[in-house]
Amino acid sequence: MTSPDLTIAEAGRRLQSGELEAVSLAEAVLNRASLTEADLHCYLTLDREGALAAAAASDERRRRGESRGPLDGIPVALKDNMCTRGTETTAGSQILSGWVSPYDAHVVELLRTAGAVIMGKTNLDEFAMGSSTENSAYGPTRNPWDPEMVPGGSSGGSAAAVAVGSALGSFGSDTGGSIRQPASLCGVVGLKPTYGRVSRYGLIAFASSLDQIGPMARTVEDAAILLEGVWGYDPRDSTSLDVDYPDLRVTMNRGIEGLRVGVLGELGGEGYEDPVESAVADTVEALASAGAEVVDISVPTAEVALSAYYLIAPAEASANLARYDGVRYGARSGGDTTEEMMARTRAAGFGPEVIRRILLGTYALSAGYYDAFYGQAQRVRTRLLAELEDAYRKVDVLVSPTSPTVAFELGERTADPLAMYLSDVCTVPSNLSGHPAISVPVGVDERGLPIGFQVMAPALGEEMMFAVAAEVERLAGFSATPARSQTA
Amino acid sequence: MSGWEPVIGIEVHVELLTSSKMFCGCAVGFGEDPNTSICPVCLALPGSLPVTNQTAIEWITAIGLALGCSISGRSVFHRKNYFYADLPKNYQISQFDLPVCHDGHLDVDVDGEEVRIGIERAHMEEDTGKSRHVGDGGRIHGAEATLLDFNRAGVPLVEIVSRPDIRSAAQARAYAQELRSVIAELGVSDARMEEGSIRFDANVSVRPVGAGALGTKVEVKNMNSFRSLERAVDFEIQRQIEVLDAGGTLTQETRHWDEEAGRTQTMRVKEGSSDYRYFTDPDLLPLVLDDEWVESIALLTPELPADRRRRYVADGLQPQAATVLAAAEADIRLLYDSAVEAGGPPTGVANWVTGEITAALRRLEIDPAASSLDGQSVAELVTLVDDGDVSASAAKEVLAGVLAGEGSPRAVAESRDLLQISDAGAIEGIVDTVLAENPEAVERYRSGEEKVVGFLVGAVMRESGGKADPKLANELIRRRLEG
Repeated sequence: MTSPDLTIAEAGRRLQSGELEAVSLAEAVLNRASLTEADLHCYLTLDREGALAAAAASDERRRRGESRGPLDGIPVALKDNMCTRGTETTAGSQILSGWVSPYDAHVVELLRTAGAVIMGKTNLDEFAMGSSTENSAYGPTRNPWDPEMVPGGSSGGSAAAVAVGSALGSFGSDTGGSIRQPASLCGVVGLKPTYGRVSRYGLIAFASSLDQIGPMARTVEDAAILLEGVWGYDPRDSTSLDVDYPDLRVTMNRGIEGLRVGVLGELGGEGYEDPVESAVADTVEALASAGAEVVDISVPTAEVALSAYYLIAPAEASANLARYDGVRYGARSGGDTTEEMMARTRAAGFGPEVIRRILLGTYALSAGYYDAFYGQAQRVRTRLLAELEDAYRKVDVLVSPTSPTVAFELGERTADPLAMYLSDVCTVPSNLSGHPAISVPVGVDERGLPIGFQVMAPALGEEMMFAVAAEVERLAGFSATPARSQTA
Repeated sequence: MSGWEPVIGIEVHVELLTSSKMFCGCAVGFGEDPNTSICPVCLALPGSLPVTNQTAIEWITAIGLALGCSISGRSVFHRKNYFYADLPKNYQISQFDLPVCHDGHLDVDVDGEEVRIGIERAHMEEDTGKSRHVGDGGRIHGAEATLLDFNRAGVPLVEIVSRPDIRSAAQARAYAQELRSVIAELGVSDARMEEGSIRFDANVSVRPVGAGALGTKVEVKNMNSFRSLERAVDFEIQRQIEVLDAGGTLTQETRHWDEEAGRTQTMRVKEGSSDYRYFTDPDLLPLVLDDEWVESIALLTPELPADRRRRYVADGLQPQAATVLAAAEADIRLLYDSAVEAGGPPTGVANWVTGEITAALRRLEIDPAASSLDGQSVAELVTLVDDGDVSASAAKEVLAGVLAGEGSPRAVAESRDLLQISDAGAIEGIVDTVLAENPEAVERYRSGEEKVVGFLVGAVMRESGGKADPKLANELIRRRLEG
């Protein structure tokens, strides 16, 4: 096995034992990137020098016996909406072209402190708005399993990088499914923790009440290692949770005997591909055989969650993106007056999907429309949360497909925003409720495209979610790797 | 103004002098170089997040309590969306339907009459930066460039909105002054109009006397002193009445007060109401202020001017004197309190502490707290004057002696030989001598020329070396001449 395909857990063991050096691991990963980037375009910035320097520093620490733990020397990639000092942070937008943050995001600080080797910044839909990474101002990322296909989005670059081995693990952000959906489409593990578990400080905001940072990795264990590296209370984020943070790697192998698993009935049926539905059904059956009690659960409001999401998220975005006006930083277009300069800067700097959502959100918040749109969406959100909490009194976790379909072709949905929005139908409920949810690959369709299985848990239910995810992973025995990394 | 009743509401913005800004750790202060007190948060860099300044919440609560407001157990920050170059996020974090403080009042003394002005709400928000237009006289149109200074961006701002209970320019001024003194008393702001740390905008309308409905409202801005506030409101009332009396109609608009020209001018006309698209700021949690916490803030709230005024009137002071004393420096007020406690007569003590004593301390540049004057000595001094033991003019000399550390007022009066002769027997002797020496004056009095008494009193004073109590001397002379 070439070292870029190691799991984080295994690489960590080898680094610790001395049979592997961080620099050679980083070099192997960079080598993989140089073979795959031209085809896949996972990265917006690949920081060779920075990565090799960080790897050398890691080796130096280990030689002195000062290893900083399981992430020390591990090559990871960051979605380009997390602020990093010293390299560009663009959020996939023209409007931030060339912008270098003067500060590190909270997660970046933690990763640097833990000794992680930051390979670079991955591609995304502009401002994380999209489900295919085609909305990046810098060109799309392609799916390592089939380059004619999208990797999903918006964290498509982070998902594809992990799948192809141009990073051992990565971080994305999930506002409506932007970690889980691309993880599903790229055959990797991806999760969104409980809202507030990971500080949003330094994450470029899309929709503040929904955005959460989370890890993407090749195994559930690796995802746990990554998550434990970045979660925790941060006073700089007022919505950060000052609660206990469990030791996931200890609790994730406790099994699922007697666990009640709810199959969420609203997430299936029309619009869901057969291979997806049968892979999910097989997994549920396997869970039952492994000792879980399987129950059918109905959460009626889940049917309209997507509509509520597409009002709330754009509404928040319309304010969050108001700061990109050319006044203080980023791109600027000229104008005779300040207003004209702002308007031209924004018209030139934002892509069509971002403009569409700003307009949607502005409209939803406008006097006379607020109550019918934004107000109504908030009521749906409240009701959905109540229904989910009720469901979690009956079951320990809920399960569903992560995405109704496997990866689709580039360009297939770009002309039809509503079809694109439907990609998020299974993932959005957990964002609206703030609950944790994880996608685990469980199989491939007849074309060899990966299928993800989603495990959702109540607030702060990560321990149980990981235990179920680990069992799903074991039962599914998914071990396929994309053709791209095999040939590379 | 016959036939028209002015209806005025006032909006006040107070910059809090907390050590850091409302949602970040940058220092709050004046006069630094531009853009030296800024960070990713108050500059609205991508990814930055606000964190509420707890001290500001304590202070707005104290302001609310001082204004008799109810404090909301749960209040919420909203985003107020509008594009402006000095507003880094292009939205202001403010409050909308759930402000920290609501439904209070301020009692205002207007020419000795107390008027109660309702307070609708006081809410927490953040200030903007400052723009400076370069070239072409600093006006925005035709300027070559606009310079931006974000030092002020994010400074905690409390907006206090009165009810439209104000009925005259004089009331408007009194309300503003009273509010400023409350803020100053709380010590939560510089509260300096000329620095902009307290800013008053007036909403002025007029309606026919007896009418219920309100007239067209005009917002008047840019008043940087209490005098200009009063003038601006007065001008605007007159202007509106003139327009209406001439059969015209008023436009709902914002007008700018031009101090030099002494008039208001159209700044911008409101086309309907601006749509700020308020919605709850998802970056901030609701503020939960429980009763116990509010109680703990109430305990820290000092006695406010209106309460003090009432207490002084209860002591027996005239309203005018009570108002003057209530507005005096804290040390002077403390001196009054301790002198009255030591048995000094309230009216005399109030006159002395706000008059001669304040003047003398200022002249000598003595810090009241560090002076040799205490409540006991003030009480003694005032009692000496009231009892006629020292004359008013001699009392000033006694005060000087006390301040020079020569001892208690009585001791100073004795050692400087300033005690009046107020022993009737001693003065009678002098009166007899004077009358004997001035037979023609006595004759003139008896023939009806009463004013000659003044001359005789003067003679008694001279004879006594200035120490006779003139009142007593006057009385004794008359008694002798009548008898």
